[in-house]
Amino acid sequence: MTRELLKGNVAMAEAAIRAGVDAYFGYPITPQSELLEWMSKRMPEEGRAFLQAESEVAAINMVYGAACTGARVMTSTSGPGISLMAEGISYIAGTEVPAVIVDVMRGGPGLGNIAPSQGDYRQVIHGAGHGDFFPLVLAPASVQEAVDLISEAFDLAEKYRTVVFVVADGSIGQMMEPVTLPPMRERKRARPEWAVGGAKGRAPRRLTSLYLKPEVEERVNLRILRRWREAEAHEVRYRGYHLDDAAYVVIGFGTAGRVALSAVRAARSEGIRVGLFRPVSLRPFPTQAIRQLASQAKAFLVVEMNGGQMLEDVQAAAQGQVPIRFYGRMGGMVPFPDEVLAEIKALAAAPPSPADDPRGRWLAQMAQA
Amino acid sequence: MTVSAPSKPRRKLKLVYQKPEALTDKATHYCPGCTHGVAHRLVAEVIDEMGIRERAIGIAPVGCAVLAYDYFELDGVEAAHGRAPAMATGIKRVLPDSVVFTYQGDGDLASIGMAEIMHAAARGERITVIFINNAIYGMTGGQMAPTTLPQQVTTSSPRGRDVVTQGYPIRMAEILATLDGVAYSVRRSMHDPANIRKAKKAIRLAFEAQVRGLGFAMVELLSTCPTNWRMSPIEAMHWVRDHMVPAYPLGDYKVDAALKKLRV
Repeated sequence: MTRELLKGNVAMAEAAIRAGVDAYFGYPITPQSELLEWMSKRMPEEGRAFLQAESEVAAINMVYGAACTGARVMTSTSGPGISLMAEGISYIAGTEVPAVIVDVMRGGPGLGNIAPSQGDYRQVIHGAGHGDFFPLVLAPASVQEAVDLISEAFDLAEKYRTVVFVVADGSIGQMMEPVTLPPMRERKRARPEWAVGGAKGRAPRRLTSLYLKPEVEERVNLRILRRWREAEAHEVRYRGYHLDDAAYVVIGFGTAGRVALSAVRAARSEGIRVGLFRPVSLRPFPTQAIRQLASQAKAFLVVEMNGGQMLEDVQAAAQGQVPIRFYGRMGGMVPFPDEVLAEIKALAAAPPSPADDPRGRWLAQMAQA
Repeated sequence: MTVSAPSKPRRKLKLVYQKPEALTDKATHYCPGCTHGVAHRLVAEVIDEMGIRERAIGIAPVGCAVLAYDYFELDGVEAAHGRAPAMATGIKRVLPDSVVFTYQGDGDLASIGMAEIMHAAARGERITVIFINNAIYGMTGGQMAPTTLPQQVTTSSPRGRDVVTQGYPIRMAEILATLDGVAYSVRRSMHDPANIRKAKKAIRLAFEAQVRGLGFAMVELLSTCPTNWRMSPIEAMHWVRDHMVPAYPLGDYKVDAALKKLRV
């Protein structure tokens, strides 16, 4: 297989095309715009639908419409766009149709900036929109992993009839790395038995998220929840590095996890028995695997490019079995491996007590910096 | 077992009126005197006459017609408030041979969905839009709409719409006619049989525009809301005639040359 040097956004776009995406609807926003631009060139070449919408609101509702026909469909945006798409995402989930959304995260809140961030964690794990539903959320740490997860995202969206997010922090979208693209998949011809497309020779089909009778809505809610439980049972994904003998475990996803891996290797070379646990599926969250590690390790270090949004899920998974230290950079700042290495050394030298407040300790530390 | 032969009708009956195939048997939830039922029937008759039921996909709005998909015997979806034109775009772009129509009220189309309708029209999306303008929010209980007339009393303009603080009514048929992507933009009314017949012809042309690939098509239909206007059905019909028609002139604001030649 040939390897190509590709920018993350372009690689994710081409990966979606190779995965057989039928339609793309999007709106320009930094740092994901190259994805839309690549689609504008390539989708018409392949005889597929591309449209630059008038807003993220319109884009997600175009996705919704196309998804109702059983087409493979996606959009991409960044945090401010996810906020605007929240409504449509909820409708898609409530109608139980599949769609893939790429979020190339930037600094926030508000207009924030265009530097890499993981500040949308809490937003996307709840699917951004209103009501009871559960998206799947996948977080790559390299351009190659982004390509691989995009391919998988469509299959997962169709399997669970829900929204699948691929969340890449801005650095994954913007950096160039050598990647192997998958071969072009044949586009699926048959449409699912629930899809609309004209009631030719069959009874009409109606797709809606409206269930006026509470007892009917509850049945739908339970169906969505059961499907989610299936996903929880089968779709947890994570990567472990140097965990076999690790006394200390660093936990981080995406770019934060990748930076932490460099720090872990440096700490190992200095004799500290430390490993890295990198969640790849943020939803379903690898709760059981982290709980298992919590029963073995002396201490955890959670590293994120936000103010400790995943930290709360790690704490819930660890159930107080292990003391936790937190280190975050915010606002579009990316931690350097040296910073994480210093944190690992501090963790090994003086593990926090289980009663410590990891975020409070970190905030005090940031005030001194 | 013997089966008796059906009794011979005394005289040959001629069927002159029946439910369109494109309507379901379901009784609608609409109030007495509401013109949604008329509009539904006109759309269904046109779909029957054009033979497009089996490739039609209807998009219901948020508003009183939120359950419209239950009344049409064809594939249907339910959009978020105002987003039907975007949803229609998504469907039409992946199924270009389908016949896609939205059915939207004034709050849906001219308030929260203004961006979506304008851009679908500007792009010349090959979709048909049925726009029900009754100058009020019906489903939420009679609040002011973008189309509410000056001085009109609603539950959110209790002293009458004050144009200084609450702005002016929006004339969608005229606005959309300014856009190059639009093949057909007209306004009709449903307050009496003569106007209903004209409305049906306009709906036909709005679907013809789509199947002929001419561009975006919209029919604005002046409609009643007796419940929230606090009127009897007859008073409501007269109110459309006496107050809405002067404010929203009936007419053809844009008609593609190819449609002008059509005899329907």
